[in-house]
Amino acid sequence: MTKAITVSGLHKSFGRTHALDGLDLDVESGEVHGFLGPNGAGKSTTIRVLLGLLRADSGAVQMLGRDPWADAVELHRKVAYVPGDVTLWRNLSGGEVIDLYGRLRGGLDTKRRADLLERFELDPTKKGRTYSKGNRQKVALVAAFAASDVDLLILDEPTSGLDPLMEEVFQSYVEEAARERGQTVLLSSHILSEVEELCDRVSIIRKGATVETGSLAQLRHLTRTSITAELAGAAHGLAELPGVHDLDVQGHRVKLQVDTDKLDAVLRALTASGVRSLTSTPPTLEELFLRHYQEDTADTGGAAAPESAVTR
Amino acid sequence: MTALGSTYAPRVGGSRQLAGTGTLLRLALRRDRVMMPVWIAVVALMVLSMPGSLKSVYGTAAERADVMHSMNTNSSMRAMYGPVFDDSLGALTAWRIGTFAAVFAAVLSLLIVVRHTRDEEESGRQELVSSAMVGRRAPLTAALLTALVANGVLALLIAGGLASQGGAGALAFGLAIGGAGMVFATMAAIVAQFTESARLARGLTSAVLGIAFVLRAAGDSGTDGGSSPLTWISPIGWVENVRAFAGERWWVLLLFVAAVAAQGVVAYRLAGRRDIGMSFLPSRPGPAEGRLGSAGALAWRLQRGSVLGWSIGFLAAGVVFGGMTEGAADLVGDNQNTIDIIERMGGQSGITNAFLATMVGMLGMVAALYVVQAVLRLQGEETSQRAEPVLAAAVGRLTWAGGHLVIAFGGAALIMVLGGLGLALGYGHDAGPILGACLVQLPAVWTLGGVAVLLHGVASRWAVGAWGVAGAALLLGWIGPALKVPQSVMDLSPFGHLPKLPGGEMQWTPVLVLTALAAVFVGAGLAGLRRRDVTG
Repeated sequence: MTKAITVSGLHKSFGRTHALDGLDLDVESGEVHGFLGPNGAGKSTTIRVLLGLLRADSGAVQMLGRDPWADAVELHRKVAYVPGDVTLWRNLSGGEVIDLYGRLRGGLDTKRRADLLERFELDPTKKGRTYSKGNRQKVALVAAFAASDVDLLILDEPTSGLDPLMEEVFQSYVEEAARERGQTVLLSSHILSEVEELCDRVSIIRKGATVETGSLAQLRHLTRTSITAELAGAAHGLAELPGVHDLDVQGHRVKLQVDTDKLDAVLRALTASGVRSLTSTPPTLEELFLRHYQEDTADTGGAAAPESAVTR
Repeated sequence: MTALGSTYAPRVGGSRQLAGTGTLLRLALRRDRVMMPVWIAVVALMVLSMPGSLKSVYGTAAERADVMHSMNTNSSMRAMYGPVFDDSLGALTAWRIGTFAAVFAAVLSLLIVVRHTRDEEESGRQELVSSAMVGRRAPLTAALLTALVANGVLALLIAGGLASQGGAGALAFGLAIGGAGMVFATMAAIVAQFTESARLARGLTSAVLGIAFVLRAAGDSGTDGGSSPLTWISPIGWVENVRAFAGERWWVLLLFVAAVAAQGVVAYRLAGRRDIGMSFLPSRPGPAEGRLGSAGALAWRLQRGSVLGWSIGFLAAGVVFGGMTEGAADLVGDNQNTIDIIERMGGQSGITNAFLATMVGMLGMVAALYVVQAVLRLQGEETSQRAEPVLAAAVGRLTWAGGHLVIAFGGAALIMVLGGLGLALGYGHDAGPILGACLVQLPAVWTLGGVAVLLHGVASRWAVGAWGVAGAALLLGWIGPALKVPQSVMDLSPFGHLPKLPGGEMQWTPVLVLTALAAVFVGAGLAGLRRRDVTG
């Protein structure tokens, strides 16, 4: 399979701020790739490097087999971009902006344009200043999905401001773009249900570097299952088992979390003591994301923790 | 009664309308903490350095009486600076710098008021602010108070700094400058109620300022003593009619007070009748399908209104100035002494040509402001993040910038030609030489545009510095000559190198050198733009 985007060891700093610190990203052709990370992790900076708006300090970046800085204009014929915060010209109508972007990208499918306007319930005659945030977002989305000759969609938090109905319309068009037209989609998003629904693979970045990448199934494997059990006898040796976290034993009641791939050994140890009841909560993506997102605060919180323990 | 104390009915009017004004005023002063002091300091320094500079050039009373006489009999000088009312250093200072300082105070005031009213509404920030404990009239009040602080400080600095020339005159002069500023602050407050765009509000208020300047210039070129009705209907004309340091006419200051009060009432009335973010001009629906197909077409669409406005302004100013030309020559005819001087300078055609050359030079310097604002549209598009999705489409940076630059540099040529046509139309003959003279201004105009391109391309954070460069060129051209500023300083302005046309000898060298310089600046700026990060 060919790669739509390959980024390795990407660095970019603004003055003393290190926005990207050795970021890696691989997006296969034809897949919908989720691009996740906490605010300020460097998602938009990466996207702007991919669009040739920012120049990489170091690292290798290729998009559709070309250098996004040197071949920017040629590449952009094949790319449609939706920013997270769409600003329109106050005196141009939405329809004018959609058609302008269509022409600037090398073609607009007029039938699909009409379709999109209808499904998104967007009035193209309104002027830029009179659109609400969600409707401004729709203008950019219609322009991107109606682009006729595009291989890659780069969507930077594209659904911020859309209502749940429109969110569904958005998802159906992403599906259509990927499944029917074979377009590659790089989707930066904070809406986990959207990511779960749409993405084949995801990359999670934090502080300008990639911390996790893989298919959703692979990532689920990395999450933890929580288990609550009531045992017939005392539990033995749970603490020594690999992959066990937050172990809490009170008499015969045991609560713990275990890395999903280490589940088997824990269950054996529990059944050895005799299980009266058992609840197991399956891993969710939320937990995975939150764990990665929270490591920031966990790092800094570490120093503060003993202090609070003392005061208590 | 005490039981009722905990409930309250919403008060209509009253002080709640102004709730939060103090906080908003502090916010405005905090936001303007660099722009306002720098602007005030520059204007104040210009004014306060004037007596010393004039003294070094016109040291004796006889010299001053002489310059007063020759300036008052020269209609192009009167058009630029107004009449001289006395031969004291103070009166000469007020004459030489009064119009200039009043125009700058007016521009500062209109920028402040629009920035804290319509700009805030357009950006949506006002919504968040107004959702807090902020009265309906607080934003406009805070903006006007900010302008009052700026003009008050400027007036005090001028009054204090010129006190050695005569306390009464200094006070009258300072108040006149500050008063002119406040007239345009309240004018901007009215205009900001009508437009939804802050840019348009600034443009329209500047146009009113331009009209006020042209009216005063037209009035003063035709009569001496500032007695023309044209001068009297222009707030800029009131400044000279205060006659600071020449038997002050204090009652003229009441005109400023009356105008500020009347305009303030209108602004508050209008502001009270409309919804936040809206204007009185409702927006109409646009086409469902667009025909814009390129970055250049987009640039034209965005700038065409401004080009049209400048075109009309230049044509109209040209016609007015052109119409003054005949009168300029007639008036000197009365004075035997001046006729002798004129004849030595080249006769009747000498005086009309000198007048036309001065007007053409003035148009050229104002055209520099056009080219700078048109080039800086690039910066505006970039920082508002509208450039980003355009550049993310198949549009190269040079194509994107090129569209705006063609409009900036071509538009400068267009408005100069229109200004020239206006002059020729108003004057009635000599269209060829006048148009030629206007075109000769272009290399200097383009050079300043080139500086803007260079700054935007290489150091985009400092792109607004292009205004400073254009302002400095304007300043040198406006007050430099009478102060006998050393030629090496005058040479810093591109306009200082141009041949004085019509009437003078055509010199190709400076014209070609400046054109080449402009091209180098533009080239370097575009090269920088290709290399740097897009900000946003």
